Amino acid sequence: MTDITASSFVREDLVAERPAPVKTAGFLGFVRTRLLNSPTNILLTILGLLLIWYTVIPTIKFLLVDAVWSGKDRTACLAENAGHPVGACWPFIQAKFPQLFYGFYPEAERWRVNLTFALGAVLLLPLLIPRLPAKGSNAGLFFFAFPAVAFFLLHGGGITGFGVSWVAGLLQLFADSISGVGEVLVGLSKASAAGPLLWAIGGAIALVGTLLHWVIFPLIWLRDQMQAAGQGLWLDFLITAVIVSVILFMLGGGARAGSRPLIASLATFAGIAAVIKLMGLDHGGMPIVDTRLWGGLLVTLVIAITGIVASLPIGIALALGRRSTIPLIRIFSITYIEFWRGVPLITVLFFATYMLPLFLPGNFTVDGLVRALIGVSLFTGAYQAENLRGGLAAVPRGQEEAASALGLSWWKTTSLIVLPQALRHVIPAIVNSFISLFKDTSLVSIVALFDLLGSLRASFADPVWTTPSTAFTGFAFIGIIYFIFCFGMSRYSLFVEHRLNAHRRN
Amino acid sequence: MSADPIVNISGLNKWYGEFHVLRDIDLEVTKGERIVICGPSGSGKSTLIRCINALEEFQEGEIVVDGIELGPNLKHVDAVRREVGMVFQSFNLFPHLTVLDNCTLAPIWVRNIPKKDAEETAMKFLERVKIPHQANKFPGQMSGGQQQRVAIARALTMNPKVMLFDEPTSALDPEMVKEVLDTMVDLAEEGMTMLVVTHEMGFAKEVANRVVFMDAGQIIEANTPSEFFATPQHARTKLFLSQILR
Repeated sequence: MTDITASSFVREDLVAERPAPVKTAGFLGFVRTRLLNSPTNILLTILGLLLIWYTVIPTIKFLLVDAVWSGKDRTACLAENAGHPVGACWPFIQAKFPQLFYGFYPEAERWRVNLTFALGAVLLLPLLIPRLPAKGSNAGLFFFAFPAVAFFLLHGGGITGFGVSWVAGLLQLFADSISGVGEVLVGLSKASAAGPLLWAIGGAIALVGTLLHWVIFPLIWLRDQMQAAGQGLWLDFLITAVIVSVILFMLGGGARAGSRPLIASLATFAGIAAVIKLMGLDHGGMPIVDTRLWGGLLVTLVIAITGIVASLPIGIALALGRRSTIPLIRIFSITYIEFWRGVPLITVLFFATYMLPLFLPGNFTVDGLVRALIGVSLFTGAYQAENLRGGLAAVPRGQEEAASALGLSWWKTTSLIVLPQALRHVIPAIVNSFISLFKDTSLVSIVALFDLLGSLRASFADPVWTTPSTAFTGFAFIGIIYFIFCFGMSRYSLFVEHRLNAHRRN
Repeated sequence: MSADPIVNISGLNKWYGEFHVLRDIDLEVTKGERIVICGPSGSGKSTLIRCINALEEFQEGEIVVDGIELGPNLKHVDAVRREVGMVFQSFNLFPHLTVLDNCTLAPIWVRNIPKKDAEETAMKFLERVKIPHQANKFPGQMSGGQQQRVAIARALTMNPKVMLFDEPTSALDPEMVKEVLDTMVDLAEEGMTMLVVTHEMGFAKEVANRVVFMDAGQIIEANTPSEFFATPQHARTKLFLSQILR
């Protein structure tokens, strides 16, 4: 009976709202509940404040308060002249800025570097902002047109041929190397125990090379005729434009699919022609600036951007290759990845710069900067492949099965279903590699390329600016530059991650 | 049986390594027929229907789908897959695409249908499975039952001649099973040819033309639902039915 009365209850007066006894909102609330809410936290708060005091305050003091802001040479940055302990010596940076930015790029030609950077920024920024339209043509311009234009802007020089000549040259090199291998084998057969066998194989390979020469002969003849006729470039350009456009038109489904691909192809070639004319590439182009003269931030950005853009496709190809069911592709991918991951980047750069020329045929040289570019791209590609492998493994098998069941081919399944999901999983790891690559560009200074860090170290040698704080100022300055780029990448990747993972938010 | 088989499986044998999963399977499915395949787990029911759209390869025998021959070397895989739709136990919707994009992907990329037309068709099928208002949601934002209905709509957008269901309700909460089964019943009433692997015996009784019982990789018994449930012939079938029907 008592139980029943106890469980029946009717409220008569409603309870009025009261403020909380301890304030937990606002700044004071934060201090009370998060910083000073237990003896341990009080101790940690004090330690944290001390840490800030001993790091942030001296940094501000060095960079701003005690800094010297103007002067002509080292005397301005000496304590006895400044009248106070000297922090950063900013006039040094001001004086050395061109060297840090351009290296030894000739002063009269530096507008070309500025123009390249401006062009790159104009093309890259709209690509990074999702709201802006025309991503397809924008990406095409940035990833394909910009590198070519940047090369002729930065390096200079012109072109004497176009598609037909290039294809002819490549095929000729291919046929020559096959004949070469055959002749070497025939040569070896005289001194070897397995002589007849080597002679037969060598002879057969040389014969293939000769046959190839005959097959490509019309193409080479055409090239030589065009070169002999004077205006070879434009004739070659015209032939290439026609051939490529016709092929695209055929592949695009011919007249049935409309003239869109044809128009797009012709517009592209018109654009290329305009660029060739504008930059005077048909008349030798701009004065050549050897890459040995390049330096500073220019080299750092060229290596970093090329490495970033080239390493991702390499990584994707290798990661897919590693999962392939075809043993040859799988073994190649695994060998490649394990080899490049097992070797330090310094070794790669050193090998590419000093050892590779010894192995290549005598008349075949590759520019020093290009060697570093290739080395960095191949190296980072291996790391990206492993990053991506993690992402691919995280995509359930059912996704592939569902796509196959709908009739999608392997290529479409991979590019529309598997890769988009895999890439979303590993954005942090990929950007991690990009940031790491950006900072690793400083290693190229050991192969006689003067990147940002190398240029800085070179500038320390100037006796006009030797003061106790020169080195600190220089390293602080380029540290800030590196930080801006890396922090920018990091923040942008967070933005992309948030945007692309919309499907994981409920 | 009528003389119009749309799926014809003959002498099908499959091994996983040394393990003989499918043994001498012969099955003829006529146009518009609804077949329910049941049996204990590991009996090869899923493997059998996965062979029909070549998600699994097999070593011996022949499968002919709508006149397209699918031998052990899996020629004509793409052609067969275009005629056969499939619904999976775990839905397998593409999580990074919206419901609408899930339904337009294959028509656009396999059938080369313009995006606008594909979207119209997709909306029509989404209406049929009663979720048109969720078209712009991502699969992760929907309940299991809704996801499975989207998966059915996605398969239908390709206008398949045969639909395969691989335990479509096994991963669902009990109260969502009904909405998916209702969708499948609707589909059956429209005359779709269906092969359904399921333990939903109520569904089998309601819509199946034939129930096929499998055990140890072989077809033990096949009969009309009324005969199958009332007078099972084989001892193994009787045991199975006594265990699942209380």
